Amino acid sequence: MVALWGAVPLAAQSPLSGVGRTATPEEIRGLGLAIGPDGSGLPEGSGTVAAGRELFATHCSRCHGPKGEGEVGPALLGGQGTLATAKPFKTVGSFWPYATTLWDYINRAMPFDKPGLLKPPEVYAAVAFILNLNGIIGDGAVMDASSLPKVKMPNRDGFVADTRPDVGPGAPSRPQP
Amino acid sequence: MKPSFPTSRRDILRMGAAAMGGTLLSEQEALALDTPGTLGAPLGPYGDRSPFEKAVRWRRESKTPETGSSFTPLQDSVGTLTPSSLHYERHHSGIPTIDPARHRLVIHGMVDRPLSLSMADIRRLPSVTRTMVLECGGNSASEWAATTAPDVQRSFGLASCSEWTGVSLPLLLAEARVRPGASWVIAEGADACRMERSIPLAKALDDAFLAYGQNGEALRPAQGYPLRLRLPGWEGNANVKWLHSLKLTDQPYMARDETSKYSDLMPDGKARIFSYRMEAKSVITFPSGGQTVPGPGVYELTGLAWSGLGRIERVEITTDGGKTWTNAKLQEPRLPIAFTRFRLPWRFDGREAVIASRATDETGYLQPSREALVAVRGTNSVYHFNGMKFWRVRADGAVSNVEV
Ligand code: HEC
Repeated sequence: MVALWGAVPLAAQSPLSGVGRTATPEEIRGLGLAIGPDGSGLPEGSGTVAAGRELFATHCSRCHGPKGEGEVGPALLGGQGTLATAKPFKTVGSFWPYATTLWDYINRAMPFDKPGLLKPPEVYAAVAFILNLNGIIGDGAVMDASSLPKVKMPNRDGFVADTRPDVGPGAPSRPQP
Repeated sequence: MKPSFPTSRRDILRMGAAAMGGTLLSEQEALALDTPGTLGAPLGPYGDRSPFEKAVRWRRESKTPETGSSFTPLQDSVGTLTPSSLHYERHHSGIPTIDPARHRLVIHGMVDRPLSLSMADIRRLPSVTRTMVLECGGNSASEWAATTAPDVQRSFGLASCSEWTGVSLPLLLAEARVRPGASWVIAEGADACRMERSIPLAKALDDAFLAYGQNGEALRPAQGYPLRLRLPGWEGNANVKWLHSLKLTDQPYMARDETSKYSDLMPDGKARIFSYRMEAKSVITFPSGGQTVPGPGVYELTGLAWSGLGRIERVEITTDGGKTWTNAKLQEPRLPIAFTRFRLPWRFDGREAVIASRATDETGYLQPSREALVAVRGTNSVYHFNGMKFWRVRADGAVSNVEV
């Protein structure tokens, strides 16, 4: 056995030795819902700004302030136009490139002390309310799997590739690993 | 004078003091050093450090202590390893309690064979062991501001070095049979917030591994027990703890912790995204802020250097505020992406000295000054600060940070 493992590069063998078992659909459903920026992974359901306002008062304002201005938790609005200034204010409205991220994050991580509490329609509603707070969608907008990925965030084009090494002698000629 | 032989440890101690030209220990002092006449503690199943040792992690007070960071006391560390109990922490929703008998890793998405592995399955596979530093992307964030942090713990303490043991990720990905067209892996933890990061498949297929061991035992819960993604040289947050899901995709998922956080805002308002690499860095740990040099004399200047891109080749030290630099001696072996301790004998002559270190790694990259970093990146990029840290040793020996 030892001799065999020494002689054969294991990575080249597939299957290894049938390690583990095939994942079941239930198992995969039990993992967090990962949402892509194109909306892949978004579940059924929908939520309105009005429903979101109510939900926010119940579940979120305690930490984020009644108007989302921030308290224990960070501010959820403001800062548009500040990114290139000496005092940038990074929020969902000023900084986040994709609205889908808001769905993904609230669903997996909020409310902070009870993550996973919200059902998909409630997550859509919370997202709709926060986007509306930031002036990104109108009062009557409804968020669902088809409308959410179409929302264009103000800072959609604000992200660039990492260009390090960017400082110091010899920096530009160094190969990127 | 009769020839006398030491008859007890007390005698030996007295003789030692005399031989060294010191004053004789008083009877009382010698007694205190002597073996007490009572038995010590019995053998025990799991060790504790001496009650006289007080080094602890530091953290900021917070109303939500489940998210935040605790800093390694680098000023108290000797050698190159960080004890697991002092390894820095950065959690976003607390430390979960996970029963390894129930924990599974699921590899799914763009694979031919969606795979579910128990911890027993994972531990059965050939293992790899690497001694490596782990550094938070936000380590030294304090140093962008003009008022820098006062000591090495609060300025550089979100970096720690451990020996990690686990399973090669390429091995498991081959087993799941990644489909053509897949280019990213979405990693997810089993903590309350299900921490999520997008990892380029190229990195996963290069040197990534899944760690279950740290410093000769299982990972500590705070470090991801029972399983953690380890990405050599990449920022801590991407090394997802409590790993339970790897989803193969054809795009990054733009998770909150790679867009809103862990991206680097530049002066022009654009933010660098997917900036995972941690560049060469070093800091003097003695003498460092908050310490006191007892008086004029010869001391060993010492500190730690590391680079996410490989081995440390050179560490230079200045004691005149950056005018002249001297090579420090490097502790061997110098392992890639690991803490490398450096040392230099130094005579403190009782006059103020401004000291700092700068590291060069095997790619030829030289650790920059804070000014050089700020000239390119401004002061609002939060992450990936790797500038030099200057300490001022005052004439009376008190050491503090240098205001810029
Ligand atoms: C117990 C306090 C608390 C409650 C309740 C709470 N949050 Fe939060 N929220 C936080 C904290 C703390 C963070 C920062 C977490 C971190 O960075 O690790 C946060 C972060 C966020 C963020 C990310 C902000 C950014 O710019 O990165 C969003 C969005 C958010 N919360 C939305 C919500 C919504 C919607 C609700 C209600 C469903 C909610 N939160 C309820 C405390 C709370």
